[in-house]
Amino acid sequence: MPRAATTTDAFNAVAEPRRRQIIDVLADGERSVGDLVGEIPVSQPQVSKHLKVLKEVGLVKSRSVGRQRLYSLDPLALKPIHDWVQEYERLWNERLDRLDGYLYEIQRKENQ
Amino acid sequence: MKTIDRTGSAEVTLPSDTEILIIRRFDAPAELVFDVWTTPEHVRNWWGWDTDAMSVCEIDLRVGGGYRFVAGDGNREVAFRGVYREIDRPHRLVSTEVYEPYPESESINTLTLEEEDGVTTMTIVVAHQSKEARDGTIVSGMERGLQHSLDRVDKVLIAELENV
Repeated sequence: MPRAATTTDAFNAVAEPRRRQIIDVLADGERSVGDLVGEIPVSQPQVSKHLKVLKEVGLVKSRSVGRQRLYSLDPLALKPIHDWVQEYERLWNERLDRLDGYLYEIQRKENQ
Repeated sequence: MKTIDRTGSAEVTLPSDTEILIIRRFDAPAELVFDVWTTPEHVRNWWGWDTDAMSVCEIDLRVGGGYRFVAGDGNREVAFRGVYREIDRPHRLVSTEVYEPYPESESINTLTLEEEDGVTTMTIVVAHQSKEARDGTIVSGMERGLQHSLDRVDKVLIAELENV
């Protein structure tokens, strides 16, 4: 299915390796921009830019605590990707189950 | 009688940014698995959907030779093609693969078969070009390029879905 080349959905948003790193860190819990800069070798402006994209597609949400803004993951937005991996696994299982059944049948016939 | 039911036992993992790893065991000799994988008369019996025969199943099993598979289920049709790069029956088969709607999505697929005590373990590594994952504009390459770290996210997601 064709998708827009911009950052309009979760797939596009996670296509960027740095953004996946950010998601990975946020999977452990809330972080500030400063925290992220400390954990990922990316400059603060870059982290902010990536967070903006992740927020636009709903993968990341933020809240203010005092003077800090904390970012966290909204895992529900990752559901399309989760579904994709599951669908991919399901398709391979179907195909290889058919292969399995076919191998069984031709061996059974050979042995008759 | 079948001794072990292996239905649904294929393991799919994402070992790196650009690769997919598929592992499945079969109760058959490696030679037979290899032939069933690479001979049109056999492939037609398992590759497509159950409901529809493959409309195209061409295999030119030579290094530099090509293959093309087309199958549909009435609603959709999928077409894949590629070129064989290494053929070492029954141990190893390296080929390129293109999902035709996305000609720029070419991957290199390495199939390995290891037989032990009559059980053949099939390992398929689907390696996409890293550039595609980086670019983020090629859907199939991108979706397949998800790194394993997302597995952790997956756990968070599953926990979240259970709470809904």
